[in-house]
Amino acid sequence: MKKLLLSTAVAMTFATTAQAADPVKLGVLLGFTGAIESTVADMGPAADMAVAEVNAGGGILGGRMIEVVRGDSTCTDSAAATASAERLITSDKVSGIVGGDCSGVTTAVLTNVAVPNGMVMVSPSATSPALTTVEDNGLFFRTAPSDARQGAVMSDIIMGKDIKKVALTYTNNDYGKGLADAFQKSYEAAGGKVTASISHEDGKADYSAEVGALAAAGGEVLVVAGYVDQGGKGIIQGSLDTGAFDTFVLPDGMASNKLGEAIGSDLNGSFGQTPGANNAGAQVFEKSAKGFNGTGPFTKETYDAAALIMLAMEAAKSTDPKDYKSKIMDVANAPGVKINPGELKWGLLILANGGDIDYVGASNVELIGVGESSGNYREYEIKDKVMSTVRYR
Amino acid sequence: MEGMEILNALAVFSNYVLVPALTYGSQLALGALGVTLIYGVLRFSNFAHGDTMAFGTMVVILFTWLFQSWGISFGPLPTALLALPFGILVCIALVLLSDKFVYRFYRRKKAAPVIFMIASMGVMFVMNGLVRFIISPKDIQFRDGERFIIKAREFKQMFGLDEGVAIKVTQGITVVIAIVVVIALFWFLNRTRTGKSMRAFSDNEDLALLSGINPDKVVMITWMIAAALATIAGTLYGLDKSFKAFTYFMLLLPIFASAIVGGLGSPLGAIAGGYLIAFTEIMLTYAYKKVAEYMVPGDEWEADSLMQLLSTDYKFAVSFMILLLVLLFRPTGIFKGKSV
Repeated sequence: MKKLLLSTAVAMTFATTAQAADPVKLGVLLGFTGAIESTVADMGPAADMAVAEVNAGGGILGGRMIEVVRGDSTCTDSAAATASAERLITSDKVSGIVGGDCSGVTTAVLTNVAVPNGMVMVSPSATSPALTTVEDNGLFFRTAPSDARQGAVMSDIIMGKDIKKVALTYTNNDYGKGLADAFQKSYEAAGGKVTASISHEDGKADYSAEVGALAAAGGEVLVVAGYVDQGGKGIIQGSLDTGAFDTFVLPDGMASNKLGEAIGSDLNGSFGQTPGANNAGAQVFEKSAKGFNGTGPFTKETYDAAALIMLAMEAAKSTDPKDYKSKIMDVANAPGVKINPGELKWGLLILANGGDIDYVGASNVELIGVGESSGNYREYEIKDKVMSTVRYR
Repeated sequence: MEGMEILNALAVFSNYVLVPALTYGSQLALGALGVTLIYGVLRFSNFAHGDTMAFGTMVVILFTWLFQSWGISFGPLPTALLALPFGILVCIALVLLSDKFVYRFYRRKKAAPVIFMIASMGVMFVMNGLVRFIISPKDIQFRDGERFIIKAREFKQMFGLDEGVAIKVTQGITVVIAIVVVIALFWFLNRTRTGKSMRAFSDNEDLALLSGINPDKVVMITWMIAAALATIAGTLYGLDKSFKAFTYFMLLLPIFASAIVGGLGSPLGAIAGGYLIAFTEIMLTYAYKKVAEYMVPGDEWEADSLMQLLSTDYKFAVSFMILLLVLLFRPTGIFKGKSV
C-alpha cells in the first residue's frame, strides 16, 4: 500500500511539473460528418489556422502550445454530439470548445455537458434566437449573430425590392424554424404576406411534394431558409425545373457559390444576405487561408472563435474556463488595440504585458448582450452564377 | 373555355405530381429491385445497398470526368450514360470482393439472416467511408448535355395554356431506362437457364441443390445483377438530382419501404412498391388549390386554403403508414414475397 501511495505521489509530481510545458487542448466540436459535412470541411481548417498561427508565434502563457482535438457533432444527432463533447471534456481534458455548429446540437451540448462541467463554448455558427436566452452561466458565446437579427435584415431587403408576397420554406430544425419565424414576424409587421411556410427535411431523396405545395401557395419569390448542399438546393432545383419560382431569397445557410455552380445561370437575380463585414481582416483571412476555402460560410467565425478562446486565456493568465470566461467579452470589444487575423501574436503579447485589445478578427467581432455577435450582414445578389456584394448592413 | 380549364388543371397536376412521382418511383423501383433480389436469393436485408449505389455512381462520375477531359460527349444526352458500363463493372468487382471476404464466411457457417444483416451494416460503413474518402462528402453535379425535353414556358406557348409542364431529359431517361432494365431483368429471370436456376434457388434452396444447381454461381450472378441495378439506380438518381454520399445513405429507407410493401423477394412487387410509395408520398401531401381552382366552374373563384390533405411534414409518415398497413394485413407484401 505504501509503495502504491508513493508511486502515485511520484507520478503526480511528474504530472504537475510536466503540465507547464504540456500543450493546452482546444476542442473543436463541429459536424465533420452528417448534414453540413461539406461546409465543415472548410470550418475545421479555419480553427486549425488560428491555432497554427498562435503556435508559430510561440504559444500562449509563456510558451504553452495549443493542440486541437476534434469532436464530431454530426449537426443533427444530439446524442452523438453530447457524447463527443463528453469525451472532449472528460477524456481529452480540453480547456475550451470551439463549437458546436448547428443550433440544435449546440443547445443540447451546452445544457447537458458544457454547463454542468463549467466548460466555455464559443460557437461559430449556431444562430438560433433561442440560444440568446438559454441558461449558460456565462459560458456560452457565439461569433455568429442571432437569426432574430437576420430575419429583420432579410425582411428589409425584400421590402426594399417592393416584394409584398413570398412563399417560405425552412429546414426542419432549430436553425430553420428560428430564422423562418423571425423573418415572418418582421416581414408581416412591415406589411408583407407569407403565403405558406412549409418545412422540409434535409437529406431526403425527393422534394417534389414540398415544391408542389409551395407552388400552389404562390408568391413573387421563394425564401429558402435551408442548407446549400441539402434540402434547400433540392427545393430550388425542383422549383426551377417545374417553373414554380424564378427568384429565390437565400439567407446564410444557402449563401455559397456552390449553389450557382450546381444550379447554373437560372439562379441569376436571386438574392440574400450572409453574416459578413467589409473589414480589412476578412481580406487578410481569405488571402492567408491555405488548403481550404476562406470565403466559405462561417470559416471566418470559426477562426475568430478559436482566436477568442486563446486570447481570453492569455488575458486571464489561466486556461481554466471559470477564470477566462469573463475575459472573452473584454478581448472581443473596445477599448484596446485592434487585432486582425495574422496579428494574434501581437494580441497575445499586448495581453501578456497587461494591455488591452479589441479583437476585430476576420468577421469584425463585436459581442453584444449575452455574448453574441452584433451582426454585420452582407447583402448579395447572384450575378453570373456567383455572389456579388450589393452592400453591407 | 371550359375545356381549357380542365386542361390547365391537368397540366398543373402533371407538372407537380405525375412527372415527379413517375421519376421518383422509377428510381425507387430500381433500387428496390436490387434489395429484393438479394433478399430472395441470399435471404438477408442488404443494408449496404444504398452505399453500393453511391459507390457505383462515384465510379460513373470518375469515368464521366475522364471522358469529359478527353472531349468525349454524348450529344444531348448526359456523358454519364457512356460511363455507366464502366461503373457497373467496377461496382460488380467491389461487391464480389465484399462477398468473398465477408458474406461467404457466414454462408459457409450457415449463419442466421440477422447475422448477415449486421455484417451488411459493416460493409455499409466501409463503403460509406470509401466513397467519402475517394470523392469527398460534397455535393457533386455531373449532368451535362440538354437539360429539358420540354420547358414549362415552351409547353405553355405550344398548347396555349396558362400552366406549363416541364419534362427534364433526366426524367425521360430515368423512365425509359427503368422500363428497359425491368424488361431485361424479367426476360433473364423467366427465360434463361441461369435466371431460372436463380428463381429455383430462391423458391427452395434444398430442392435446387438436389437438382444440381451450382449455388456459388447463383450467388455470384445475383450479386452481379444487384450491383448493376444499384449503379444504374444511383446514376439515374444522381443525374436527376445530384450526387452526395449522405443522401444515398438516406435513400435506403424509402427503398426498403418499397421492397417490403411490394413483398420482399418479389421483383414485380419491388416495382409496384416503388411507384406506390412515390405516388402516395406526393399525392397525399400535394396542395390541390390550383387544380381545384381550374376544375371548379366559374371564373373568379379562389380557394381560401391550400387544399392540402396532409402537410408535407408527414411525407415520411405516409410511407411508413403504408408499410404498417401492408404488414398488418398482408405480412408478405402486396405481391406475396417472403414474410419478414
